[in-house]
Amino acid sequence: MSRQAVGLRLESISKIYKDPKTGKDFYAVNHVELEIAPGSFVTLLGPSGCGKTTILRMIGGFESPDEGEIYLGDEAINRLTPDRRDTAMVFQSYALFPHYNVFDNVAYGLKLRKVDKDEIRERVLKILELVELKGYEERMTNQLSGGQQQRVALARAIVVEPAVLLFDEPLSNLDAKLRVQMRTQIRRIQQELGITAVYVTHDQAEAMAISDQIILMKSGQIAQIGSPQEIYQKPQSEFVADFIGEASFLRGHYRGKDKLDISGIEIPVNATPGLESGQEATLLLRPEVIQLVDRGQGKLPAKVVYSCFMGAYHLYELDVEDQRIMATLSNPRLKKIYQVGDEVDVDYLVDEVHLMRQYAQ
Amino acid sequence: MAYHRSKQGRSLERRKLWGDPVLLITIVLLSLFLFLFILYPLLTLLLDSIRGEGKLGFEVYGRVLDLKRFRQAFSNTLVLGAISGFGSTLIGLLFAYVDIYVTLRRRAVSGLFRTVALLPVVSPPFVLSLSMILLFGRTGLISRSLLGMRHSNVYGLHGIAVVQILTFFPVCYLMLKGLLTNIDPSLEEAARDMGASRWKVFVTVTLPLLLPGLGNAFLVTFIEAVADFANPMLIGGSYDTLATTIYLQITGSYDGTGAAAMSVMLLGLTLVLFLIQKYALERKTVSTLTGKASRMRAGIQDRSVTVPLTILCSAVASFVILLYIMVPFGALFKLWGKNYSLSLQWFEYVFKYDGMNAFRDSFALSAIAAPLTALLSMIIAYLVVKRRFGMRPVIEFVSMLAMAVPGTVLGIGYIRAYANGLFGSAHWPAFQEGGSLHQIMPHGLLGSIYGSSLVLILVFIVRSLPVGTRSGISALRQIDKSIEEAAYDLGAQSGKVFRTITLPLIRQSFLSGLVTSFVRSITAISAVILLVTPQYVLITVRINEFAEKGYYGVACAYATILIGITYAAIFIMNWVLERMDNSSRSPRARARWRRRRGLEAL
Repeated sequence: MSRQAVGLRLESISKIYKDPKTGKDFYAVNHVELEIAPGSFVTLLGPSGCGKTTILRMIGGFESPDEGEIYLGDEAINRLTPDRRDTAMVFQSYALFPHYNVFDNVAYGLKLRKVDKDEIRERVLKILELVELKGYEERMTNQLSGGQQQRVALARAIVVEPAVLLFDEPLSNLDAKLRVQMRTQIRRIQQELGITAVYVTHDQAEAMAISDQIILMKSGQIAQIGSPQEIYQKPQSEFVADFIGEASFLRGHYRGKDKLDISGIEIPVNATPGLESGQEATLLLRPEVIQLVDRGQGKLPAKVVYSCFMGAYHLYELDVEDQRIMATLSNPRLKKIYQVGDEVDVDYLVDEVHLMRQYAQ
Repeated sequence: MAYHRSKQGRSLERRKLWGDPVLLITIVLLSLFLFLFILYPLLTLLLDSIRGEGKLGFEVYGRVLDLKRFRQAFSNTLVLGAISGFGSTLIGLLFAYVDIYVTLRRRAVSGLFRTVALLPVVSPPFVLSLSMILLFGRTGLISRSLLGMRHSNVYGLHGIAVVQILTFFPVCYLMLKGLLTNIDPSLEEAARDMGASRWKVFVTVTLPLLLPGLGNAFLVTFIEAVADFANPMLIGGSYDTLATTIYLQITGSYDGTGAAAMSVMLLGLTLVLFLIQKYALERKTVSTLTGKASRMRAGIQDRSVTVPLTILCSAVASFVILLYIMVPFGALFKLWGKNYSLSLQWFEYVFKYDGMNAFRDSFALSAIAAPLTALLSMIIAYLVVKRRFGMRPVIEFVSMLAMAVPGTVLGIGYIRAYANGLFGSAHWPAFQEGGSLHQIMPHGLLGSIYGSSLVLILVFIVRSLPVGTRSGISALRQIDKSIEEAAYDLGAQSGKVFRTITLPLIRQSFLSGLVTSFVRSITAISAVILLVTPQYVLITVRINEFAEKGYYGVACAYATILIGITYAAIFIMNWVLERMDNSSRSPRARARWRRRRGLEAL
């Protein structure tokens, strides 16, 4: 496919719904600003009800924003009906036309565009080959497995060469193993076509595996935008840190430069711009960055309150000055195992922990 | 989630509507249709009744209410409605309970009960009245020939009530069957487990759960009974109901405004019942029976339960079958009550006289109305279920409202609204001295609607519309919204989406709507009897004429052929549906769907 990838821009987009229980209006999407680079794969991630699907449906034209404007490339598209928008959506339920076979499902959009018959045939077959469904043209959609239906839905969307591909939790109906296969395939196809993609999911692993950029959302607002690495390693809030991966937090006071005070014990951290000495701060410790050593040999004294062998790793729960943190130590066979009640020290590499401003929750 | 009325969101939605001309035109035309052919005739009646013979006021109501005949008819109607509603609900409950809760030794017997319970659903409205007269009338087979009674009287309240109960109980049966299926058997098992007897379980668990549903069934049949015209006309004798009184007021006394006032009162009655049923009970029914049955129900096999219930059901079933058999025999016997030798003379009479014309007209007009109705109801269902726009609730309400409008009222409204042309006159059409409705001279804008075949087709459409729409709505609710969104998203406009996706997906519902409206049209009488002109001869009107004059042989011959036509139509529909079905569904889905179709054939 040979067309220039197009970017997408959301300018202060809002959607207001009425709460069916209280009858009060609330912002399902609250003044969201977003710029999506041409050809990039962007994921809207967040708990259910955070507004991610609403944003996707506003881009597709199924909902109208109550405030703000959406631009596709340079064109404002608020006023366009879904059939006039250069977007194609892959639906959660696949939404295949049950009365058409695979070929006719994929050809539907091309027929509407009055592409001539031979070209339709050629393009449909090419796309079916791309999604590894060659030879399935005559099958009815109910004769396909879930994964195959998913790929027909994908083929039907990409065959019309849309400017933007929209995915609404497309893998949520597949089993775990297939989900992993399919997300790799979706990513591969998107890269091959160089098409802009917006992907909605609530599965953080899926978001990590597939995206150039993750937009993490909470209650209708963007909590953080960043690459998977940034989001995981340098979250800006406890919500972000907690939503992606496992996280333990130690709350304390920043002592300027590279020290954090936790109930009187000073531990080393990286100097964090934007934080002032004496300010409350939260240290994010991912369970896998923690090492346990004998008392006196580490950075922070702790007591083991839970200890459990999990096979690939050993899981500890530790008490640090009345705050609980988790640690997963991989390769337990090579390491000393501590028991409940043992007095130990927590050790870590300063570059692997991340200090955040503490927000009132 | 409810939608907010923010300015930008709303104006964008509106703009998108404008961007879809097919959708917009459809909505406009549909609204126009519903207004012109449902609301406008009813509003004219209302306006007429308060404008009276000159100035505004309630004089006409006063005049009508002063008529002893009318007051009597009003209370008669209420009594009849209550009796028929109660009886139908009871027998419906009996058949539904036996069907769902009881396992009979012979499966054929339960199959028979099921069939009998559905027979009257599609039969012409007055068939049962006709056979009741043949059996129990003055020259009745049972009353006269068997029991030798000279002065038996089947005419009157008891006659109508029996006929109406047998005609309407299938509706209750279907409604209650659906509810009983959804009751979780564990509830009753729990009660049994704690020591309740079967009777106690029925009274303390099953019945209370069913109560809103029973109320619902009662009101639905109450409305049907009150609106029924054909049965009171045939077998009512001197027991006048509102529907027949209105008919006589206009065909006998040529009192247009009086008939209008009476119509408004009848409409008010059915409308109130309809609103209670729709907005109070229907919702309650759904909320009491939330869960789906978790498991198969173990049928009751206790002989102390099965034997009495079987006897009761058998009694009703054999009576219904007897009534149906009477119709062809009524046509085959030489002279009912006197000479029971077989002959084809009545059939010959039908065809020698103008029978062929009647069949041609009835068949042709119904065949024209049916596809229009089916298409229109699918379009309404699509708009109501799948689109959102300002007029949507109005369209839904008006198309359902037609269900509450008695045929007689609609007929009167049509005369009033169209005889002098659309918006043509401030007064009733002038009836010539000693003349009849047939001599109304139509004039004015679209004046030619009245007295033409068009008005009959319109009445057929409006009368069948709610049934088709309801079945279309329930079919569409089964379809995932995103299937249509996908088509929309790929570049199809509303019209295209409807033609290429929606309609093919609900083709079964479309086809059953087609046949249902055909059957309803060809068997319709209450509204059309007021609107037929000598140019058009309809079977039902003929049957009514002959039965009134006492020519039961001819009436039965007509009715036999009519029943033949309706059952042939339904048979063809089932055959086509079966074939459509087999091609695209799994066996389980097929079985489930076949069960549901029983409801759609209504």
